[in-house]
Amino acid sequence: MAIFPGLQEVLQEIGSLASFGGRYFREMFRRPFEWHEFIRQCYEIGYRSFSLVALTAFIMGLVITMQLRPSMVYYGVESQIPAMVGVAIIREIAPVITALIFAGKIGSSIGAELGSMRVTEQIDAMEVSGTNPFRYLVVTRTLAATLMMPLLAVMSTGISLYGSFLGVNLYEVLSWKLFIHQVFDSLEYMDVVPAFIKCFFFGMAVGMVGCFKGYYSSKGTEGVGRSANSAVVMSSILIFIIDLVAVQVAEIIW
Amino acid sequence: MEHLQPVIIIQDLCKAFGSNVVLNGFSLTLYRGENVVVLGKSGSGKSVLIKCIIGLLPFDSGRIEVLGQDIGNLSHPEMDQLRTRVGFLFQSNALYDSMTVRENLEFPMRRHRQSLSAGQQDELVMEVLESVRLPHTVDMMPSELSGGMRKRIALARTLILEPEIILYDEPTTGLDPITSMEIIELIQEIQHKRKASSIMISHDLKMARIAADRVVMLIDGQCRLSGTYDETASSTDPQIQAFFA
Repeated sequence: MAIFPGLQEVLQEIGSLASFGGRYFREMFRRPFEWHEFIRQCYEIGYRSFSLVALTAFIMGLVITMQLRPSMVYYGVESQIPAMVGVAIIREIAPVITALIFAGKIGSSIGAELGSMRVTEQIDAMEVSGTNPFRYLVVTRTLAATLMMPLLAVMSTGISLYGSFLGVNLYEVLSWKLFIHQVFDSLEYMDVVPAFIKCFFFGMAVGMVGCFKGYYSSKGTEGVGRSANSAVVMSSILIFIIDLVAVQVAEIIW
Repeated sequence: MEHLQPVIIIQDLCKAFGSNVVLNGFSLTLYRGENVVVLGKSGSGKSVLIKCIIGLLPFDSGRIEVLGQDIGNLSHPEMDQLRTRVGFLFQSNALYDSMTVRENLEFPMRRHRQSLSAGQQDELVMEVLESVRLPHTVDMMPSELSGGMRKRIALARTLILEPEIILYDEPTTGLDPITSMEIIELIQEIQHKRKASSIMISHDLKMARIAADRVVMLIDGQCRLSGTYDETASSTDPQIQAFFA
């Protein structure tokens, strides 16, 4: 261990996160469930992230189409742009980019909020008032993030495809109906389902890591900043790891 | 004889953070209706003591009995239930800053006074706010309140479940002398009206003189002396004398 001084810390972090995750699943099924806070978090996490996700998704679809076009024209297959862009967006780009934006906005916000509550003793205040702060703060936020992330990814996919449609129409006239027909004609069941399922895991990773970092925040205001920052870094890394695993699992199953 | 009924019994409490021993065999008994002020210098383990009593910090050895229940043997739900009978006023107030004053006060009620209708809960909120003389702040956010007002609202939140014991963590720290005096008077008034027992952690001698039925000196992790304010102030122990100098 002395050869890798950082390794012990990393392993401890992984162990603590796993234990935190275990507690999350245990607490999730215990009563009372905090419905009011859960619905409020769905609004905060889902609705409030929508504009940022929508803007990036639109630009992403437009730019990918515009950048892809010269190569497709060179090979004489520009008619395949909707199919190619559609598969790329639905299988990979929309879920992963949405998840990364989600990590930046929601992961940091949860990390900072819970971190600030920890250092100002608000979490302790909940505990002494006989309320389980883990159930009230962590279960509601993680569950809301898990459910909102796939919805955002679906909306992001739709908006991204619309951006791509406009990108195609900058150079040639193509109806929306034909564009969508070409996109879905090239898609298979295994393009859509794994992409949708992995979004739940992305959302859970972002929510759980944000809560984990904030819930165990320490060292005052400096610690709050560090919690927010490390929540984004850790959840972004987890998103790529989950993505890698999801591809492998999808390959095996389908 | 009411005052001889113990509500908190602490025996040989030990708590260390690594090699730093904070509490080293601390013992104390709080009787019903009694106000005990625990005095000690900064870092002497006063806050650690009351956090152990309420179960926010685990202790290494010893025994704490609160309202007849050994907190070392309680499950989480049992501990939550016990906590509804014990109020805790934080040094930092710990108001939920994303909620209004009303929501702050309703928060514990929504979970532990579910039998009350919305109208009854509202009535109780206003009644408690009246008792801390801040009814007009009901729809304000904590960030809009001054330090003294925040302390009063935190006190109101502590009182909302009508606790039998109240633990105060440095209730006058960070307040100016006038506001500090107002808070002490308010605490006294509430104590008399609600007949709650209390442990106040402080290094404020003025508060100890006015509010304490008994003063306990926490030195080197132990209860060095327990007695009235005058008895404590006239102690010949050099460490206690230094505190009162």
